[in-house]
Amino acid sequence: MNPIPSIHLGLVDYGILILYFAFVLGIGFALKRSMIGSKEFFQSGRSIPAWVTGLAFLSANLGAQEVIGMAASGAKYGLMTSHFYWVGAIPAMVFLAIFMMPFYYGSKARSVPEYLKLRFDEKTRGFNAISFAAMTIFSSGISLHALAKLLETLVHWNYWTCITISALIVLVYIFLGGLTSAIYNEVLQFFMIVMGFAPLVYLALQDAGGWTALKEKLIPVATSQGYAAGTWSQSWAHLGQPLENPMGIGWFGMVMGLGFVLSFGYWCTDFLVVQRAMAADSMSAARRTPLIAAIPKMLFPALVILPGMIAIAMHQQSGGMFLPTAADGTPDYNMVIPTLLAKYLPTGLLGIGFTALMASFMSGMAGNVTAFNTVWTYDIYQSYFAPNKSDSHYLWMGRFATVFGILVSVGAAFLASQFNNIMDMLQLVFGFVNAPLFATFLLGMFWKRATGHGAFYGLVSGTLAAILFHGLALSKGCLPGIKGGWIHPMLSFQSEMGQNFWMAIVAWSACFGLTILISLLTRRTKTDEDLKGLVYSLTPQPKSENEAWYKRPVLVGVLVMVAVIILNLLFL
Amino acid sequence: MNFDLRLPLGLIFTLYGIILVGTGLLSSPEMIRQTLGQNVTLTWGFVQLLFGLTMLFLSRKRK
Repeated sequence: MNPIPSIHLGLVDYGILILYFAFVLGIGFALKRSMIGSKEFFQSGRSIPAWVTGLAFLSANLGAQEVIGMAASGAKYGLMTSHFYWVGAIPAMVFLAIFMMPFYYGSKARSVPEYLKLRFDEKTRGFNAISFAAMTIFSSGISLHALAKLLETLVHWNYWTCITISALIVLVYIFLGGLTSAIYNEVLQFFMIVMGFAPLVYLALQDAGGWTALKEKLIPVATSQGYAAGTWSQSWAHLGQPLENPMGIGWFGMVMGLGFVLSFGYWCTDFLVVQRAMAADSMSAARRTPLIAAIPKMLFPALVILPGMIAIAMHQQSGGMFLPTAADGTPDYNMVIPTLLAKYLPTGLLGIGFTALMASFMSGMAGNVTAFNTVWTYDIYQSYFAPNKSDSHYLWMGRFATVFGILVSVGAAFLASQFNNIMDMLQLVFGFVNAPLFATFLLGMFWKRATGHGAFYGLVSGTLAAILFHGLALSKGCLPGIKGGWIHPMLSFQSEMGQNFWMAIVAWSACFGLTILISLLTRRTKTDEDLKGLVYSLTPQPKSENEAWYKRPVLVGVLVMVAVIILNLLFL
Repeated sequence: MNFDLRLPLGLIFTLYGIILVGTGLLSSPEMIRQTLGQNVTLTWGFVQLLFGLTMLFLSRKRK
């Protein structure tokens, strides 16, 4: 049994951390004067330059669970984890920039659910807004819980002190500076992650003897688990059959499940990320936002997945003495980043790396809170409880929702600390609701015949299809219950990930098919005139011919795709 | 109107750069051993300082 590493912060490290908190709060205070109305608070007054929204777009998704989780997957699955970036993010980001952003930014919608209201009807918006609001606030609580638990283990700080301090800091800077504050701090966090993790990866890779030596060292990792020699250092070569790789997935499930349904469903419809792009200062800047994010995004595997690959290679080489041992006797993959931090970074650099980790937890929470307060205020409060109030009333409500949202997050963190299963259960339910979502948006944006009834009942059927699939499917080594198979386990999968990807494919297809069918059977309630700016065929395309080449979304999008294909070929 | 984000970015990384350069100069042999015999703290401090100063310069230039 290897113990969990302790991180000993020196005086300099505490100084670095406190300086960071001071800047975060300072940004909030400095923005207070700009928050004159609800448009400033919820949409940053649509005044943010593209490079800022672009980095915030990337950073909002780069919570610490993502950083820790990707490093863990790097150790558990090897380079194949990069599919979460190269297959599961970049194509969807390019699609959002070129095809979908004109409708989000160009229509009068102030949020993603509001787009559904304009394009379809009230019930479709309500379904999306309510599930999204619940989901973001619980994610924020999970983020908070994960941060406090990690700090408790690593630096032995008190769990509730961690919760209170981080919740208070996030509360203050959003309360004061709204979305702009969250976006500015996300950009700061982006640079913290790069500055904190680059020396870590550099040192760990040097210690492993460089990339070629690392590949050698990963061979026994693969062969000792019964896989082909290159499994941990190649991204595509072992995706022929689910049995060939530790993820338990074949190439079709990977490309369709992750690359199409889940990835497009997240990047193109999740208001948490889309909100950043909608805060941009022009249509051109809004469309460039996901493209600017895509460039660092495709290089991030080097910063977050590579450490996991290095750690598992060291672990194998040292005879199981590098990573701490988890309760079930396997290496504790979630401890990859903390272990490397403790081993390679001396005081000073450690402060930067540690602060980066804390920063990404807090901005992960802040991202959820800003998305929540907007959807709550515009899509739930204004539509169902108090329409036609003054703008200052909604600004007040946004601030109130921030306080309320953070209190609920703390409550969710409490639940998570008491009952682990509740969070698994909630994430499962959110998975059911999210899986079919992209079908609704795709048909809404590109097929003017799609009707409100079609969209709503299609979405509900997609969710039901996901639940039904879950009740029938079970992956190897799991018992029927929360893992699936509670109706009758008749479909078996090699891994839970594979089961998840296929659930998404089934839910999406059900929603897609039924939305078309029901739309054809129901009457259109919106005329072509109503749908102008909301549907592809009825909207004039934004012109960009007169702009510099690097400001043209289509051209940059194509370049990004070429770059990502080259990356895939290099690490085939 | 919002302030230019490059100003706080420039300030914080200039300060971090100074802190790291200082720590790097005062590094004990043990700390250097931890970073595989090279003074990575010092080098990385200079990188952050350079980044911070560039951001400060750009935020000034705009006005």
